[in-house]
Amino acid sequence: MSDDTLVASDIRLGLHEADDIPRRPSWRRHAALEWIAVHALAVAAALFFVLPFVFVSLTAVMTDQQALTRDLWPSTWQWHNIVTVWTTPGFLTWWRNTLFYATVGTALSLVSSIPVAYALARFRFRGRNLAMMVVISTMMLPPQVVIVPMYLFWARQLHLSGSLWPLIIPLAFGDPFSIFLLRQFLLTIPKEYVDAAKVDGCGELRALLRVVLPMAKPAILAVALFQFFSCWNDYFGPQIYASENPSAWTLSYGLESFKSAHQTNWNLTMAATLLVMAPVIIVFFFAQKAFIEGVPLTGVKG
Amino acid sequence: MSTTVTLQSRRRRERWRTVAFLSPWLLGTGLFFLYPLAATAYFSFTKYDGFTSPRWVGLGNWDYVVHTYPLFWPALRNTLWLVVVVVTLRVLFGLAVGMLVVKLKRGVGVFRTLFYAPFLAPPVAATMAFAFMLNPGTGPVDTILGKLGLPQPGWFNDPTWAKPALTLMALWGIGDLMIIFMASLLDVPREQYEAAALDGAGAVGRFRFVTLPNIAPILLFAAVTGVIQAMQYYTEPLIAGKVASGQIGGAGQQVEPGYPDKSTLTLPQLVYNLGFQRFDTGAACVVALVLFGLAMVFSAFLMRRGNGLWVAGD
Repeated sequence: MSDDTLVASDIRLGLHEADDIPRRPSWRRHAALEWIAVHALAVAAALFFVLPFVFVSLTAVMTDQQALTRDLWPSTWQWHNIVTVWTTPGFLTWWRNTLFYATVGTALSLVSSIPVAYALARFRFRGRNLAMMVVISTMMLPPQVVIVPMYLFWARQLHLSGSLWPLIIPLAFGDPFSIFLLRQFLLTIPKEYVDAAKVDGCGELRALLRVVLPMAKPAILAVALFQFFSCWNDYFGPQIYASENPSAWTLSYGLESFKSAHQTNWNLTMAATLLVMAPVIIVFFFAQKAFIEGVPLTGVKG
Repeated sequence: MSTTVTLQSRRRRERWRTVAFLSPWLLGTGLFFLYPLAATAYFSFTKYDGFTSPRWVGLGNWDYVVHTYPLFWPALRNTLWLVVVVVTLRVLFGLAVGMLVVKLKRGVGVFRTLFYAPFLAPPVAATMAFAFMLNPGTGPVDTILGKLGLPQPGWFNDPTWAKPALTLMALWGIGDLMIIFMASLLDVPREQYEAAALDGAGAVGRFRFVTLPNIAPILLFAAVTGVIQAMQYYTEPLIAGKVASGQIGGAGQQVEPGYPDKSTLTLPQLVYNLGFQRFDTGAACVVALVLFGLAMVFSAFLMRRGNGLWVAGD
């Protein structure tokens, strides 16, 4: 086979990735067309992902009358809708409650999950595989499975219904998803680092705190963010435990009642929706790297 | 000091150390998983309204849920529909978007950010947004479809379109899948593509014989975790049904779930309906156990097939 025919067949097969092929006009045209096709598809996909945010934002600043029409673009920009929602009685309380649930919950879950993950990753003991199996199956467990006895426990035994404590306290006992993720990451830290620390006279706990934790920072940040958002987004938990007491409602639960109080005001409902989404999206833009690197950190790689 | 004594005491110390490190989780598993699971199993055989003491009724609740309770079979059917359709489409769409981003030469960071962001939208807020956008009459989606001369379905207000509308919303949040697919696509060795091309494989052939076998474990992982998530589908269908029906009532309001015509009813909603609206604790526990059984079947599958994936450190 001569050089020329090889190149021609490669072009036909679309093997333009190989850099050693001479760049001929037909190859360039093919590459250019593919470039355009791929980027056009990406723009179309971007529209699909972004438009919901755009529609929500545009409707959020419409007047009451216009929000009931088929208009897509606000005729007057009624910015004070945002203020109206923000100053709605209760809205600030929901914010505070959600923030409290998410920050305290995340802190407790990290403190309790890290040693467990470390033990599952490093210690050899009987029942370790069984423990991992329990972690994985509880991680996959729908919360509804155990909700009836849990509710009776928190409400009847401890009289804590009407608050978020039944959701926060269990996080002090290790969160299966955080344990799993952290353990996956800790497995990738070479044993030698800990051994060296021990030779220097560190105990297991000190080795964990001084040597392993600083190395695991990206994983811990990712786990913290996931935990924070799983609390922030929780609806079922607050519905079960906090519904009876409006001063314990969270944003997710409160948003629903906001909708019912403003049945025909799509503009105000969308302004509230925007205010519930905003913190998540803002944190995401600042901590993007942690999120996007955090998903592969689960250790699921082919 | 003799060596045997130190060895023994070292073993004992190590055992206590392990227990100490694991203690929060051991306590938590007992208190928040094993105990309530046993209690759920016990309650499922009793008549219990949550106030007077439970009365043993044998399989009475099981009989009631399977034969009399009108919401059980519709909910099971919906859950299975969502498991099959949503998981399949999410994996395919997630893979397609992942492949697209990997192919991009410019703006990778921007596109990746835009594609990932919806995954983080709080479910209640996302459902509000979609209920508004798909709202028949004034919703922007039907407005645009109307301008294009296309049919305008009733979405969350039409029993045949409510689940497709939920599916559309689930496809909006595929950021998690996109990221894991991107990572595994970038891990496929380039030499394999070159070798396949030399053997005369076209674009389809290279996908079929190089890409697919390489990412198969991740596809399986995505499918199984997707199934487990779809079984737990609760907030989105609940809120969608409530908003569309206009019956949204905040705390304590009794609403027959699954609007329109039970089409958005899922199994987890039944636990709430039975246990917290009808105060039929025993029947709620029956549904909870069904849910538990389904979750365990798929978790077992994940653990068997996932062994190569995440027990890699042993």
